[in-house]
Amino acid sequence: MSAAAAVPGAVGPPLWLLLELTYRCPLHCVFCYNPTEFARTGAELATADWIRVLREARALGAVQLGLSGGEPLVREDLEELVAEAHALGFYINLITSGVGLTEARIKALKLAGLDHIQLSFQDSTRQMNDFLSSTRTFELKERVAALIRGHGYPMVLNVVLHRLNIDHVGEILAMAERMGAQYVELANTQYYGWAWLNRAQLLPSRAQLERAEAVTQSFRARVGNRMQIYFVVPDYFETRPKACMSGLGSVFLALAPDGTAMPCHAARMLPGLELPSVRTHGLREIWYESAAFNRFRGEGWMKEPCRSCPERGKDFGGCRCQAYLLTGDAENADPVCDLSPHHQLVTEAVARAERAAAAPARIEQPLVFRDHRTSIPLVPGPLAPRR
Amino acid sequence: MRLQWEPAQDAHVLLYPEGMVKLNGSAGAIMSRCDGVRTVADIVADLERTYDLTGLAADVSAFVELALEKRWLELRT
Repeated sequence: MSAAAAVPGAVGPPLWLLLELTYRCPLHCVFCYNPTEFARTGAELATADWIRVLREARALGAVQLGLSGGEPLVREDLEELVAEAHALGFYINLITSGVGLTEARIKALKLAGLDHIQLSFQDSTRQMNDFLSSTRTFELKERVAALIRGHGYPMVLNVVLHRLNIDHVGEILAMAERMGAQYVELANTQYYGWAWLNRAQLLPSRAQLERAEAVTQSFRARVGNRMQIYFVVPDYFETRPKACMSGLGSVFLALAPDGTAMPCHAARMLPGLELPSVRTHGLREIWYESAAFNRFRGEGWMKEPCRSCPERGKDFGGCRCQAYLLTGDAENADPVCDLSPHHQLVTEAVARAERAAAAPARIEQPLVFRDHRTSIPLVPGPLAPRR
Repeated sequence: MRLQWEPAQDAHVLLYPEGMVKLNGSAGAIMSRCDGVRTVADIVADLERTYDLTGLAADVSAFVELALEKRWLELRT
């Protein structure tokens, strides 16, 4: 590990730690952000490795812990990891499809000190939920929702929105209310991983998005602060980019199942970024000294129009992965920004989506479901999506 | 919602599903005294004694109102 180390004091601790414990998942969601080549990544870390990582991260100041995947419940040591994280003082979020969350396991997880469970639904209807995930899981998820509430957890639902389900937002919110949800995340698909591959089918039209926002707004007005609803607009409909990860290497540290350390969920795709592994390096060294984590800190890497932009301290040039996927260069401004010379790549994608939504039969490429066998030949990067 | 002292941030933080609020010194001093038993008046008295100050009631009430609105606190009656 070489390259410019972070200036001491200038870089804060990795407050948010995300452990993607496994890429194994019983679901096959078409919008999954996991890398399309996940089947070709290395073996999962062993229990002892994860425990070492938890201790090192906590010592650095990490406090919010996300346990995700894939489906984290396929790890049989989940309870053991939760118990260790709890003893260390983490606030522990389990991000799950619900598959595998039995009465026995939720009891054990609660006892181990799990703080919060975020349950994903694909839709308010069995038909669409099961189609999008290529499973029969709708009723199971309803049972799991009851289990979560029954064990005194705040009910947090996450529904990923896209063209195929966004018109059901009213029904989705009604379902959430029926289940006693306190938090609902209506997270529009962002286009990475499998979602990038399926962008032509998933990107909604502007009219769909506006309707969904209006429905959400009137629902909010009715339920008040009984239910907190977060509506995440897809980047492609914005004219300024998100402050991705509050800047790479600023507060967020993710670990892939094989121990690869990443400054964001999708950073694996960025060419030339030699991501360090916790198998060979300590977390302190990775966070403060590795070339990969210092690569996009500060503003030195920026190109125009970001370099001289008065808003560069607010959005940090947006998302590096989106810049790479759309323009082929991770140092470019996120093309979501209408100051980017590549902004038309985004508006053209939206225009194509409008046309496709108007004439669905003309879509040539079928939806690609997230699947181990499908994953093997897929390569990451900007070559993937066909029109 | 959980309140804890974080040495790495030199602050009290509030932890909740997928979020965190770093509290400033005054907010931390108030929140860490909200134990489900003490009243606002008890807390004001404790703070005034601890920090050798007077006239904190209005500031504490304003913060408690904000915290209730943000659902950092709940009122036990």
